[in-house]
Amino acid sequence: MKHLVASRMERCIGCHSCSLACARLVHKCLSWENAGIRILSSGGLSTGFTAKLCLVCDPAPCAAACPTGSLKQRKGGGVTQNKKLCIQCGKCAAACPVDAIAQDRQGNPYVCIHCGSCVEFCPHDCLELREAEG
Amino acid sequence: MITENFRILEVNLTTGRSAIRNVPGVETVLGGSGLAAKLHMEYSRPGLAWDDPSQPLVFAIGPLTGFFPLMSKTVCAFTSPLHGQYAESHAGARSALALRFAGIDALVIIGKAERPTVLHLGANVIEFMEAGYLWGKDALTTGKLLRRILKGSGHRTIMRIGPAGENKSAMACINVDTYRHFGRLGGGGVMGAKNLKAIAVEGNGSCELPQGKEYSALFADIFRKLTDTDMMRKYHNLGTASNLEALNELKALPWRNLQATSDPGIVGITGERFADDTLLRNAACSGCPVGCIHIGFVREKFHKDNQYLYRQVGYDYEPIFATGSMLGLTHAPDVLTVMDEVEKAGLDVMSGGVALAWATEALEKGVVTREQTGIDLRFGDAQGYMRAVHMLGGAVNDFWRTLAGGTMAAAARYGGGDFACVLGQEMAGYATGEVFYVAQGLGLRHSHLDTGAYTYDQSKAPKDVDKALAFLLEDERERVILTSMVSCLFARKVYDPETLRQCLTVLGGQALADGLDQAAARIQKLRWQARAAGGYDPMNVRIPKRFLEVETWKGRTDPQYLEELRLAYAGAIREMCGQD
Ligand code: SF4
Ligand code: SF4
Ligand code: SF4
Repeated sequence: MKHLVASRMERCIGCHSCSLACARLVHKCLSWENAGIRILSSGGLSTGFTAKLCLVCDPAPCAAACPTGSLKQRKGGGVTQNKKLCIQCGKCAAACPVDAIAQDRQGNPYVCIHCGSCVEFCPHDCLELREAEG
Repeated sequence: MITENFRILEVNLTTGRSAIRNVPGVETVLGGSGLAAKLHMEYSRPGLAWDDPSQPLVFAIGPLTGFFPLMSKTVCAFTSPLHGQYAESHAGARSALALRFAGIDALVIIGKAERPTVLHLGANVIEFMEAGYLWGKDALTTGKLLRRILKGSGHRTIMRIGPAGENKSAMACINVDTYRHFGRLGGGGVMGAKNLKAIAVEGNGSCELPQGKEYSALFADIFRKLTDTDMMRKYHNLGTASNLEALNELKALPWRNLQATSDPGIVGITGERFADDTLLRNAACSGCPVGCIHIGFVREKFHKDNQYLYRQVGYDYEPIFATGSMLGLTHAPDVLTVMDEVEKAGLDVMSGGVALAWATEALEKGVVTREQTGIDLRFGDAQGYMRAVHMLGGAVNDFWRTLAGGTMAAAARYGGGDFACVLGQEMAGYATGEVFYVAQGLGLRHSHLDTGAYTYDQSKAPKDVDKALAFLLEDERERVILTSMVSCLFARKVYDPETLRQCLTVLGGQALADGLDQAAARIQKLRWQARAAGGYDPMNVRIPKRFLEVETWKGRTDPQYLEELRLAYAGAIREMCGQD
């Protein structure tokens, strides 16, 4: 079971290549927000950047809150997503303690599924797909 | 995806009304530079003053913005406070992607707000915010306050002006996010004249992508070229600051108002010196993995008990030339400190630096007096320049108000035109030779970016008017394609015409791809026609005497070659304007 970890964000240059890659490859759209990982400046460019993404909770509060089973607990932490079951109720986004689930204007949720598609697009190796321990 | 029409948002600050317009012409003007010129011609009123409320302020992106890496710039077009004619300025940061995700190809702002205003836009928002409390605030503080007031951190752009813009200075820039600018020709003054303190664009929408694997594969391929090869190394390594040493060596770096072109003081302000002593980290425009933004830092002891503060300042070749060698400053932290003041004042760093260099020499020569300037200016005196930046940005008295209208305007009033380093506007930092002087002097943007003339000068090309003219015209035409896309010009080796055609095709723009060459020629002319509509006559451009005194590694400027090339280029421009 692999986890995406934003382990070296001090190196981040704020290019958004990672989130644009997630939008493009995982969610098939061009967007800053409809992506599993989102890069924020923490107070203008002068204080660097932080990444908002799923922290692989186990149990995952978003999965517990999802009434339809669209988000399900993933073995080893985090969730799996079945977009077809989603009714856009937004309970998952509200339940996420770290604001890692974004909703678009139609209410569709976007969450990291730890596939690692973003990793190879980070020019500064800020991200890593790590094998879970144990 | 490429559509048939442009989606334009027109905002009228006088009436408070907005409109979404579908404007045809994607195949003919592409976007960016082409679209900006088209919209300016449609909206502007050449008979009226630049600050007439009806004059437009245009921000345009291109067909590939956001879809491919380094398609990360926005073109800003307006009627310039410097010359009352069409002007174009480019900036990156998050501006381009924010407009893309707000769902528009261009934003056109007309009218004038009754009171200081912030315009807030997004995919589902257009609102005007009262901003009297921001008027008078410097550009950095304005950015900080707006970040707190508006939501959407990291996914929006904040374009704002400082005191220089409020004072309608012809040297006022528009600060974009942090460390990027629509620098030249006074775009900030246009915002000031409209009572528009800031424009915040939220990129909260999303766009469709082509089906199939082809698009992602092409993206990955281009991305690899940009990140895995050495093609972009120059830009993320030392950055453009690496040019300082090279140009100084060539005797082509302007020093102390271009009284010299080389100086041993270079050791204090080379790219290496900045990287070793001051570089804090790098940053990038959104959608650009290269990260050429170099952020330096200065720490300053403000109390004897080891109390320090620190500043972070974005630097590049041009700002170092303008606030460094041109002002005789040879200590990197001094240069950054002056740059930081320029940033806050919302001044274009090149225009501001060159203007202060002229003022210094004018004072030295007694062309202006200490009473008129209200301050002593001496080459190498950083403290003095820090104060002078505020006087220039704040247009504090008659002298500084006149200088804020451009160095030539001040020279016309006080004298000292011979040593004004003005080529259409205050010079860029390349004292490389005749081709560059003519190119900047007459060029559409009066900048070093219209063509690579400074590289042409360095290529040891023979003094051949026909060859140089052909280079100027062809290079401009090639660049026009990129500035219509709107690509970062650093990526010009990666985005050759064939690659651009592939990019356009994969996004459904086969017709654009097929007609790229014709579009380039058409846009090249269109921009000149936009310029001519405001009364531009290239025949009237003069190259000040200082440029004839310049000594480079090639020796003195050749007055005959300079003059012949000037006339030839002016003739070619008139032809493109349809004036002959
Ligand atoms: S928005 Fe969709 S995924 Fe989220 S809780 Fe509701 S049904 Fe589940
Ligand atoms: S690991 Fe996959 S789902 Fe998660 S942010 Fe990266 S690309 Fe998106
Ligand atoms: S790709 Fe890497 S450097 Fe760029 S924003 Fe993402 S984490 Fe930061």
